[in-house]
Amino acid sequence: MIDPAYSPQEARGIWVFLEHDAGVLAPVSLELLAKARELATESGAELAGLLVGGDLSALEATTARLDLDRVVSVAHPLLTQFTAEAYAHAVDQVIRQQKPDIFLLGATAYGRDLAGRLAVMLRTGLTADCTDLALEAATGLLLGEVSGFGGGVLATIRCEQHRPQMATVRPGVFPEPAAVDRAAATIDRPAVDVPAAKCPVKVVARHRKTGVDISRAERLVVAGAGARGEMPSIEALAQALGAEIGATRVAVDEGWAERERQIGQTGVIARPKLALVWGASGASQFTCGIDQAEMVVAVNQDPEAAIFESADICIVDEVAPVVKALVAELKSRGGVE
Amino acid sequence: MTRELHTLVCLKVVPKSEEVGVDRETNTLDRANARSEINPPDMNALEAALALKDRFGGRVSLMSMGPPFVIPTLRVGLAMGADHAYLLSDRAFGGADTLATSLTLARAIEKLGDVDLVLCGEESSDGATAQVPPGIATWMDVPQATYAMDVDFEPGQRHLVVTREVRDGEEVLDVPLPAVVSVKVSCNEPRFMDAARFALLDSEASVTTWTADDLGVDPEHLGLAGSPTSVAGLKEAAQASGRRREMVSGTPEEEGRILYDRIVEFLRGAGARGQEAPG
Repeated sequence: MIDPAYSPQEARGIWVFLEHDAGVLAPVSLELLAKARELATESGAELAGLLVGGDLSALEATTARLDLDRVVSVAHPLLTQFTAEAYAHAVDQVIRQQKPDIFLLGATAYGRDLAGRLAVMLRTGLTADCTDLALEAATGLLLGEVSGFGGGVLATIRCEQHRPQMATVRPGVFPEPAAVDRAAATIDRPAVDVPAAKCPVKVVARHRKTGVDISRAERLVVAGAGARGEMPSIEALAQALGAEIGATRVAVDEGWAERERQIGQTGVIARPKLALVWGASGASQFTCGIDQAEMVVAVNQDPEAAIFESADICIVDEVAPVVKALVAELKSRGGVE
Repeated sequence: MTRELHTLVCLKVVPKSEEVGVDRETNTLDRANARSEINPPDMNALEAALALKDRFGGRVSLMSMGPPFVIPTLRVGLAMGADHAYLLSDRAFGGADTLATSLTLARAIEKLGDVDLVLCGEESSDGATAQVPPGIATWMDVPQATYAMDVDFEPGQRHLVVTREVRDGEEVLDVPLPAVVSVKVSCNEPRFMDAARFALLDSEASVTTWTADDLGVDPEHLGLAGSPTSVAGLKEAAQASGRRREMVSGTPEEEGRILYDRIVEFLRGAGARGQEAPG
């Protein structure tokens, strides 16, 4: 066994990495904070949010009003822009000083970069891309649920001897919290040493994309492999319903939809009210991306297709005539609000 | 006179994910009928390495951790244009989580001594954790650039210019070598293997196998023993569904009509619930 940075007996509290951009916290950080509050209530632990950046004064004030007990604010001029090396170097120091028991991060590019580096620096375990988090009743250990090989199996992972217990969670897995009205949390500003030598990577340019984010869509019309040749009808249906287009990996690989519309394990975890799924086989790598939908309708000509196990309304039929019939209904009887 | 670029590509041989099933009786993974392939984004990493070699010269090495049966799959990478392959194969490596896996790969890369650039796929199709590339970079104490869409090299400067995807856009990074870069799946079009090259391949000479002894790492830091995480339980994903699974059938026109009614009814109900919900 690799020697841990500190022992489970010394470890205290649940920390959430609060990712931000242009003064706004990432939705996934708020989702994690709400889940972490549940865990903290269960175990009686302190809940802290970790802010890292250049000038954090404005963000500290808004963060302190969130449902957390303490804000750990790590500011340094060399942390103004995210680079994995500098952020990990700074956060490693704070974690070794304060010894959190659990450290949660969003499974975004920055969250995964930081988590992957820190886990090695701290010689600890990291459960990546969790689909659920819980505390083990007997031990209080963090249990991270991950979708295992091929997605068909859900594995529960724990880290017994090493601290902090680290996990990343994809955006959209947990709901965003309701606003709370509470006294401002305390703000703790530990000093960190960030030498220029620890910042070898320079951010030369940054472009914000105005692309779609289907993780927030209320209605989704989803194309699978069986929608071959039917994208015009699928698009007409999405338009009539005021829905966004989503796609399985096969449909994206075929070029029927952009990659940012891919749903599932290697795409987006969506939580729409309504998802209409056309011609998807229902591989669990896909269905884990629509499990949070309120209602799922599935159309597939194969009565044995696994997608029907993940649907509320199931139609065994070819995609083309049914999608056309539904578009015709929407045209003749009026669209939906 | 600058030294030639030595790029090492980490390849993982995985069962084709669409061919892996679940044995409903034993609740275990059924890989018996799944063929092996190189993890798809690793093919993009290899293409990126070969494209750099085409433009700037140098060498491309392959490295993989796994049992000896992956050697034929590694030969595909050699036939595409890589110069040599290293297989890390030992029972002691088995059961490794990302901490132990990245340590094993990092120490093997360091053993080569002259690697400038480590290229990986963004994540593996089986584990999908994306944590190994940052792990390798950290064990080697070199910088990282993940989710790269484009990798360019400035030979005079020995720097990379990496364009990569982040949460709400993309960024361009200046990364000094040596470094670890992971590339996005489909960021390029992997070339076909050269059939003549494949036919001439002497896999005895072009694949070097290293065991734990060759790496000089404390065996307690490898494989299952060196992994801080463990599996506490398994369950079948489908059990979690809890969906209504109501079958609707008729002519397509009838099905369209029923679907319309169900959708309108559901959205009215969902709208009403939305209005009642506080906040």
